[in-house]
Amino acid sequence: MLNKIPNRKAICDTLLEEAAKDRNIVVLCSDSRGSASMAPFFEKYPEQSVETGIAEQNLVSIAAGLAKCGKKPYAFSPASFISTRSYEQCKIDAAYSDTNTKLVGISGGISYGALGMSHHSAQDIAALSAIPNMRVYLPSDRFQTAKLIRALLKDDKPAYIRVGRNPVEDIYTEDSCPFEMDRATVLRKGGDVALIACGEMVRPALDAAAILEAKDIHTAVLDMFCVKPLDTEAVIRAASGAQVVLTAEEHSPFGGLGSMVSQVVSENCPRFVQNIALPDAPVITGTSQQVFDYYGMNAEGIAHSAEKLLEKASRA
Amino acid sequence: MSRYDAMAYDLRDDVLRIIEAGGGGHIGGDMSVMEILVSLYFCQMNVSPEKPDDPDRDRFIMSKGHSVEALYAVLAKKGFLSIDEVVSKFSRFGSEYIGHPNNHLPGIEMNSGSLGHGLPVSVGMALAGKMDGRAYRVYTVLGDGELAEGSNWEAAMAAHQYGLDNLCAVVDRNRLQISGNTEEVMGEDDLHERFRSFGWNVIDVSDGNNIDRLNAAFEAAKAVTGKPSVLIANTVKGKGSAVMENKASWHHHMPTAEEFAAIRADFAARKEALSC
Repeated sequence: MLNKIPNRKAICDTLLEEAAKDRNIVVLCSDSRGSASMAPFFEKYPEQSVETGIAEQNLVSIAAGLAKCGKKPYAFSPASFISTRSYEQCKIDAAYSDTNTKLVGISGGISYGALGMSHHSAQDIAALSAIPNMRVYLPSDRFQTAKLIRALLKDDKPAYIRVGRNPVEDIYTEDSCPFEMDRATVLRKGGDVALIACGEMVRPALDAAAILEAKDIHTAVLDMFCVKPLDTEAVIRAASGAQVVLTAEEHSPFGGLGSMVSQVVSENCPRFVQNIALPDAPVITGTSQQVFDYYGMNAEGIAHSAEKLLEKASRA
Repeated sequence: MSRYDAMAYDLRDDVLRIIEAGGGGHIGGDMSVMEILVSLYFCQMNVSPEKPDDPDRDRFIMSKGHSVEALYAVLAKKGFLSIDEVVSKFSRFGSEYIGHPNNHLPGIEMNSGSLGHGLPVSVGMALAGKMDGRAYRVYTVLGDGELAEGSNWEAAMAAHQYGLDNLCAVVDRNRLQISGNTEEVMGEDDLHERFRSFGWNVIDVSDGNNIDRLNAAFEAAKAVTGKPSVLIANTVKGKGSAVMENKASWHHHMPTAEEFAAIRADFAARKEALSC
């Protein structure tokens, strides 16, 4: 049976649990508590909740001010708005001033499907990663999301976390979710193809590996939830052991995981690298799955791209 | 007349040293804001270089970060920095004494430079004080030209919504910005009514370069409960010397040697006149 719990709810559940022990945890929303699944937090801990209204710049700056005074703020807003409307606040008040401000981009990527480009965040990885002292995380499923939030609660540095709106099929289980902060999780090993994915592209990447395996193409799969700081050792290890590398991300083709992996591979262990991503254009209207299917960002599409890239490499 | 008015002129001299050594700075705003900073650091705020991390210290954010030379001079006088070090390092290669506030330096809470950040961050700091039941106050100084940034008005709404009577903003109302008169660039009269309509307690300081009047206004702000306060401090850009007073071109003009000499002579005469 498919999982019905979106990653955003896993964040709320984790913060609810931790807030009982730590009164410095503060949740901020910009008229977004419903979309963020944070309404239960506002109900249970009103004294640790801040509503800023539809004012994303203020959301981030207030969070930074709270952090500077010892609070542990988690500021929630749709990824499309927090990453661009509040970009300067993320850069200056969170990162440059080095405050313990955790920015959570909800409904990331093309989660809002048919709502149009205003509600899509296909630039957030590139934008936030380009800020010094800002970390960028895209957890793949609800179990990893919970572990990530618990790890982030233990540090005092700024970070951006992007999650999608819809439930995604589990990668891990309650009892088996290996997690080491800032280290990619190796989901499969294989000597032909290295597939490196983040966020909600991890599931189709893993399924693509199964398709390829059936064709005797052995595929390594990395869950690169830590896009920045990128686990470069894991990239080099996976790429060195494979003939070709593919990345998969719900993002623009520029400046995201694919760009970063390409830099590392080209510098350390040159291989063909193909980046499976959204187009550099407003995406076609549809649900997330329809859009992914259209652009080949599903298991079949990724597997097909991998085979093509292997052919290209063998001709080179 | 407060002895701190004389101190403000000494600190203006320090600002000249900083700008002269560093090869530039935002001299006009440094001069207009000086008494506001002196009043805050020497008469109002509970801050001490001995206890820079005291959780009960008052907080200050220089939202008009380009007037950092004035802040450096005041922080040095207060004992957070060494004025000789500021002068020798300002704007130099590899220096932490940059042209906007840098919180790697003691006494500086937050980085600024881009405008429209100080008030929103102050709201967060004041909220934290309320949440923790601490009695500290949060102060921020805004330029009048800066008020065209919309983020200030998002923060003004939130400060009222949360009844942040521990927050006090000061507008350095010198009526000039880089392109000219504020009313011609983007008019904001009647500023008092604008803040009042956002639910703020508004205090007009008829002479924002007068320490006694500033102190009285800050004390009046402390007495108001349930809402944030803003001081509209009517100041003079380039205050202290006829060479630069009320001239928009002095926003960041680098004085010539002759101008430095004339400004220093004016400062000395104004300081002398204070004691008469």
